[in-house]
Amino acid sequence: MKDDLQYADADLRRIFRDTRTVAMVGASPKWVRPSHFVFRYLQQKGFRVIPVNPQNAGEQILGETVYARLADVPVKVDLVDVFRNSDAAGPITDEAIAIGAGVVWMQLTVRNDEAAARARAAGLEVVMNRCLKIEYGRLFGELGWCGVNTGVISSKRLRVNR
Amino acid sequence: MSEQASFGFETRAIHAGARPDPVTGSRNVPIHQTTSYVFEDAEHAAALFNLATFGFIYSRITNPTVAVLEERVASLEGGRAAVAAASGHAAQFLAFFTLLEPGDEFLASRNLYGGSITQFTHSFPRLGWTGRLLDPGDPENFRRALTPRTKAIFVESLANPGGVVVDLEAVAAVAHEAGIPLIVDNTMASPWLCQPFAWGADLVVHSTTKFLSGHGTSMGGVLVESGKFDWERSGKFPSLTSPEPAYHGLNFYETFGDFGFTMKARAVALRDFGPAMAPMNAFLTITGIETLPLRMERHVRNALEVARFLEAHPRVAWVSYAGLESSPWRALARKYLPKGAGSVFTFGVKGGYEAGRKLVESCELFSHLANVGDTRSLVIHPASTTHRQLSDEQRVAAGAGPEVVRLSVGLESAEDLIRDLDRALGAG
Repeated sequence: MKDDLQYADADLRRIFRDTRTVAMVGASPKWVRPSHFVFRYLQQKGFRVIPVNPQNAGEQILGETVYARLADVPVKVDLVDVFRNSDAAGPITDEAIAIGAGVVWMQLTVRNDEAAARARAAGLEVVMNRCLKIEYGRLFGELGWCGVNTGVISSKRLRVNR
Repeated sequence: MSEQASFGFETRAIHAGARPDPVTGSRNVPIHQTTSYVFEDAEHAAALFNLATFGFIYSRITNPTVAVLEERVASLEGGRAAVAAASGHAAQFLAFFTLLEPGDEFLASRNLYGGSITQFTHSFPRLGWTGRLLDPGDPENFRRALTPRTKAIFVESLANPGGVVVDLEAVAAVAHEAGIPLIVDNTMASPWLCQPFAWGADLVVHSTTKFLSGHGTSMGGVLVESGKFDWERSGKFPSLTSPEPAYHGLNFYETFGDFGFTMKARAVALRDFGPAMAPMNAFLTITGIETLPLRMERHVRNALEVARFLEAHPRVAWVSYAGLESSPWRALARKYLPKGAGSVFTFGVKGGYEAGRKLVESCELFSHLANVGDTRSLVIHPASTTHRQLSDEQRVAAGAGPEVVRLSVGLESAEDLIRDLDRALGAG
């Protein structure tokens, strides 16, 4: 997923530290889908994850109620995770701005530069074409466990918790 | 990813993949001599088995010590991810099993380690894979041999034993026009001398037994992925880009993106065939890699001195070392191996097969054995050993004719190595 996007590790670490609640748009109830992997992983890392998917509204995914749209989510959302295609990311980003989210995060292969510009103008942070799970694992010492080059070099003792 | 570029090769050779242990503070890499890992609970176990979370299950698939080696080699090659194996041969198997279906074909240089030629032409066909060997001197040879079933091109960056340097950039262009990956065996060069990904390679394999481990202590191999090959656009690798039956219908490329190939090589090929690297071997190889830049500098310097001595010796018919001005591969070596042409090369001794055997038996300091890339200098007569299983024609094509002697020049005093060879040449 090489691209020209650059996100400083320090900024990504801060996003993870400041985020408590993630709304995942396009979350799938099927366990074998990538969104389900990320959902479960983030839950295990202590995030609250709220699924948003009109096709499954009212159902449960991993103990959380699925909402049809971001505006229906009854709690404050820190980060909106976009598991939809790049075109769909446009209106989702506008909804994220409307509900006062702090970060719009678009998953691997998802990129919408116009939407990103609107979000930044509204004061949101934007990350595109990155996976929440992969980046969390990379920055907090787990991605290298499966042989991935994290690019992290440090002689500091790794903290067990983020 | 972005931060890696700011650290030099020597720094990454020592640090990549290895932070102080979070629990004990242990500075050197712990040897995790364990088969298995305790789950936190049933939910955690299920998540691990589904690949939904990162962590360890069983050392056939992942091991914390082996993982340090994997990340380190991935970093030194400028790649995205790596999976280690019990040997270089096993790493090659993991690469091809992840790419090929029965009935598929691949193209390979005919200038390869003899064991690779045997693996490709005798054992792989029993799995329904056809490897065609071609002269890599003209990259167009690969283009002419492409068929709709061709799924990869395989070359050695610096060929063992012929000293042949392949035009990686040109061969990569042929592969990419055909929508298939270029696999480069970078064992003889090591990532210090050659960076195949910078020239368009998509996968790199190593026998870590050689220069990476460096001390003749540990068998091992590694398969590295560049992360740049677009498996979806290629359309030729549905097992990577559509639901995989061997893993509950998981789509590896969609789920893991630019390290999806490595995840599949690990979660299917390594899991199901089992050629895992031992943690102790990983530790010894990690320790070897820490001094790779220093060792390679000396290997190359000694090799050049020995090659120049041999070239001037009356009993030597020819020397094939890409570091010599006389080598037909000198121009390619300048481009692809600017720090030196390695320390494994061949020469022809006057007098043919018997003279070659006699020379090998007469060495006192050079060890007569079937390895390369050791601190110790090594000598072998390929025609009667490593390339014995090949036909006469294949041997000559691979640079292992009857008069050929192969050296792996080690780290001893160059004058001692020259004296040993001079005496052995005189013994005939």
